[in-house]
Amino acid sequence: MEQEYVLSMQNITKIYKDGFVANKNIDFSVRKGDIHGLVGENGAGKSTLMKVLFGQELPETGKIFFKGEEVNISSPLAALKLGIGMVHQHFMLVPSLTVAENMVFGMEPTKGGLFDFKEAVRLTEEVAQKYGLPIDPNMKIRDLYVGQKQRVEILKMLLRNVEVLILDEPTAVLTPQETQELFVQLVKLKEQGYTIIFISHKLGEIKQICDRLTVLRDGCSIQTVDVDSVTEQDISRMMVGRNAVNSLVKTPPKIGQVKLRVKRLNYFNGFGKHVLQNVSFQVRGGEILGIAGIEGNGQREISEMITGIDSIQSGEILVNGTCVKGKSVREIREMGVAHISEDRMTYGAAAEASIEQNLISDRFYKKQYQRGQILNKKVIQRTSRELIKSFTIKCDGGSAPVKTLSGGNIQKVVAAREFSQSPQVMVANQPTRGIDVGASELIREKLIALRDEGAAVLLISADMGELREVSDSLIVLCNGKIVAYFETVEGLSENELGEYMLGLKEQTPEEIGRCFQ
Amino acid sequence: MESVLGYIFSTEFIIAILRMSTPLILCSMGVLLVRNSGVVCIAFESMMLAAALGGVLGSAYSRSLLVGLLCGIALSVLFAMLFGFFVLVLKANNMLVSLALNTLGSGGTVFILFAFTGDRGSSTSIQSLQFPTVNIPVIQDIPILGNILSGHNILTYVALVSVPVVYLILMKSPLGLRIRAVGENKNAAESLGTSAMKTQFVALFIAGIFAGLAGMYMSMAYVSAFTQDMIAGRGFIAIAAQNLGGFMPIPTLIWSLVFGASNAIANAFQAINMPPEFLQMFPYFSTVLGLMLVGMSINQQEKKKAAEIEEKSKLADACEGNG
Amino acid sequence: MNKTKKIEAFFFVLRDLCAIGIALLISLILIFAVSQDGWGAFRLFLFGPLQTVSRMGYIVEKMIPLMFTGVGVCLMVRCGQMNMGSEGAFYLGGVACAAAAIKIALPAGIHPLVCMLAAGVVGALACGVTAVLHTKFHALTIVTSLMMNYICLYLGQYFINHPLWDSMSGYQASFKYAQTALLPKLFSRTNIHAGLFAAVAVVILGHILLEKSTFGYRIKMVGTNLHFARYSGINVTATIIICELIGGFLAGFGGAVEQLGMYKRFEYSGLSGHGFDGVMIAVIAGNNPKYIPLAALFLAYVRVGAEAMARMSDVPPELVSIVQSVVIMLVVAEKFLAGWKHRVIAKQSMKDLALTEVK
Repeated sequence: MEQEYVLSMQNITKIYKDGFVANKNIDFSVRKGDIHGLVGENGAGKSTLMKVLFGQELPETGKIFFKGEEVNISSPLAALKLGIGMVHQHFMLVPSLTVAENMVFGMEPTKGGLFDFKEAVRLTEEVAQKYGLPIDPNMKIRDLYVGQKQRVEILKMLLRNVEVLILDEPTAVLTPQETQELFVQLVKLKEQGYTIIFISHKLGEIKQICDRLTVLRDGCSIQTVDVDSVTEQDISRMMVGRNAVNSLVKTPPKIGQVKLRVKRLNYFNGFGKHVLQNVSFQVRGGEILGIAGIEGNGQREISEMITGIDSIQSGEILVNGTCVKGKSVREIREMGVAHISEDRMTYGAAAEASIEQNLISDRFYKKQYQRGQILNKKVIQRTSRELIKSFTIKCDGGSAPVKTLSGGNIQKVVAAREFSQSPQVMVANQPTRGIDVGASELIREKLIALRDEGAAVLLISADMGELREVSDSLIVLCNGKIVAYFETVEGLSENELGEYMLGLKEQTPEEIGRCFQ
Repeated sequence: MESVLGYIFSTEFIIAILRMSTPLILCSMGVLLVRNSGVVCIAFESMMLAAALGGVLGSAYSRSLLVGLLCGIALSVLFAMLFGFFVLVLKANNMLVSLALNTLGSGGTVFILFAFTGDRGSSTSIQSLQFPTVNIPVIQDIPILGNILSGHNILTYVALVSVPVVYLILMKSPLGLRIRAVGENKNAAESLGTSAMKTQFVALFIAGIFAGLAGMYMSMAYVSAFTQDMIAGRGFIAIAAQNLGGFMPIPTLIWSLVFGASNAIANAFQAINMPPEFLQMFPYFSTVLGLMLVGMSINQQEKKKAAEIEEKSKLADACEGNG
Repeated sequence: MNKTKKIEAFFFVLRDLCAIGIALLISLILIFAVSQDGWGAFRLFLFGPLQTVSRMGYIVEKMIPLMFTGVGVCLMVRCGQMNMGSEGAFYLGGVACAAAAIKIALPAGIHPLVCMLAAGVVGALACGVTAVLHTKFHALTIVTSLMMNYICLYLGQYFINHPLWDSMSGYQASFKYAQTALLPKLFSRTNIHAGLFAAVAVVILGHILLEKSTFGYRIKMVGTNLHFARYSGINVTATIIICELIGGFLAGFGGAVEQLGMYKRFEYSGLSGHGFDGVMIAVIAGNNPKYIPLAALFLAYVRVGAEAMARMSDVPPELVSIVQSVVIMLVVAEKFLAGWKHRVIAKQSMKDLALTEVK
């Protein structure tokens, strides 16, 4: 049996410098020529285990066997030399350089001591042709689409003659159509004898493409099984450790007055690109309006203009009938706008600061939180204790720095702050991205509760499941334009949504116009 | 005032600009390389100072210019490597390490000077060597142009040559590709097995050589001895030049020349009765002014762009309205 | 997790002690390299400050100005601003104080206050220029502030060498300060002056401002994550500018206290180094105002030791800058002793792991 394993990791324990145990005695083996799924919740230790395999993290204990021999992988270079390559979740590309330059990085061809760009182009074209993954070597990375960037990443590894390819959540950034395209490519590679480790938490994809799978939970390896022998429910139970009953209780919406009105919003970015084109929509009290779309199609700009972080170039945004143009972030927040930013660690929280300090950042100046010019410690501590309790934030108390929390708990801190000022308008941009199931459920429940209290909720998400589950109505953004509006999400399929997101389909202006009367 | 204007339009003025700019150009090329590799280092002041002393001591005791040159460069590179060790390996704050190194440079050079010569203020008690001036045959005989092009210190020519050299390194060599890639996305470089740290060390090493030449120019060409704190902020001005010039060699060269020129102008004003304190202040003042003017022009451009965008949006709006 | 915190605290102290130990070791080597009587010089360096009352007083005298610039730097660094302008602000504040102490006639109680306020305002402007250039024109704070130091120096020298120059002094120094402006001495046999009270007050106020007040909260949020502060509705630009104005004010104020407490006339020939020393002690104090006196004590002690050594042996006092830089570099080096710390923490975590598994 041992012979079949091309790769086997034994007894891996990894402890981060803050004492967090990311991997506990994990055993993990992969058969040659398999597509092997590695599944688990966010924070289960999947990425850490793969970083250990790729030499980016050094484990405290454990052995790695490759082709039957014990190996010491101390750096990515060592891994690449062995033939282990990795495509990271966040692309490891240099945006201002060309595809060819990115491809040959670290093994640059030279002519007369200088870099030979032509040879780099030739090498790129050669490998692209060999594997049937066409790409233009002269394009700059920053001008590529997400799917193309991923292709460059895969080609980069193939150029280095890897045999085992690790893909860390490759489909997180893709539409259903692009995902299927990727799967075709992966199957092709598998047929050529490549071994692929596929990290995901989307069970449908695992079922579709993997031969075997390993489940991680809380840093432990739970089980390795043949995919055919288990159902999605089985995998889900192994991942969460209990029966995940996805039962969001949602009553029909009680629609009220229009609370947020966005009218003819246009936005040009620093490069002169027309990011938002005449975007108009409205959200009524008691309604959750979802915005679907591939990332980078203007979602961030919309949320930042509503909340005052970015200034409005042209168009109007009205909150309860008052224009927000020219108002400061604090003034807009005082009008009852709350904002969960898509970028948790940049905007949502201050990692070095304590939970308490993070919880009061939008209200510390108010009378009840200070005495004279001195912060009222007692009130702040009491408030944060209550919030920690009601949002079940797992922590060492309010004075613990936010950076010591897990991703899900950090997002709960953000949510606790944003939900607790009883907002009139909630702008939630990717509120559950990259966090565990428990925290996601909590935030979704809170969104629905807020809606039931009569607030207007704008939910921007890349997770189509979440959008269908939580929102009442839905608009789709593509290239900065609204291309579709659905008054209700019932009966809407992910495939149909994907077609709108990719711009393959577009509703008539009349149909779209219904979202703005 | 007339004498000032007369001076500004004379060949002496151009020669003075080159004289004043030489250390700035050399040092700013080093800054540029390091900055491109994604490291912000402001310890160039100390690198220059160390080299200024090293060159003087090395040449004085060996009676060989080459040994002096090597000593100077070795000391300056040592400072660059110390910076690299603490910032890249030990992950210390770059600003504070720079500050500490500048303190070390300022005190350490005096300490060493004292240990060798028994003097704390300057090295005039020992006989150090000078970098020679170069007269280019044929060209030196051309009227006016000969005066401008020929007869400079050899390091001035090195400084001018260093600009295309840095350009080649940065834009055309594999090393340059790595430096730029590491500077823009360190993780990308690391994920392919190239050590970002190694690349940054190489950039620092080369920068140490440039800063060393700049420092030795001060003590072995500009004047003929080492004096306490003789770099007088030139390392920082070179950083400002790079800061304003962005990530490319030519704009950095231009800003170095601008700051060199402001130095030269200050000297021109000596003729009229300007208090010397203001003349001494002028290079620093012009640096701050330069930083401010560039910032203002960026703001202006942004405002203009914003206005254009509003115009564009209105147009888009109108089209939509009609259609 | 609490155990991890304890280990981290232990290593924080250990790192400071190791840094100081290594620095002393290096200085020992250097002393032996240059000195005929190495042990004698080293003894003077280490124990000299405690040998006479006047030297002990000297330590306190040296601490006073450092506490002003140190607290000022703490505030600016906590706001995320690497403003090195305290140096120039301290100097120019001293000059402004000199002008006020020479040119204005006021009764004894009020005169020093006016001098100090004038110095504070001038210092605030010196650092404020950098702040405005940074926030409005995107200029690099550290470069601008270093340039500002030179500008302050030459501007100050102009006033000392021309309008305030006392040609009778025989060197480049100002007229004597009015008797009414000088700060009273506190103890006989030392020069410790009333500025000590102001310095202690500044440390206490600095602590309250940073750790207790609403504005301190703003400073810390801007310093730890500027984007987060903006997203939360904090006016980032105003916070940075006010913070640097306060930092400059403290430096300038300190410059005045030093002049009125220690000097009869303005006689600095260049920048005094108090601003850069302020940065150093802020680093050692972990940017906490309450630890500033301790850090200032360390630096003042080393300074006095080095000066005693320089006067009585053949080792130049620049040894201090070497000790100083080594200490700073090791204190801020995150990875210094990190391997050891990681092993201790990992061991602890493994133990905890084993415990929970047994349960």
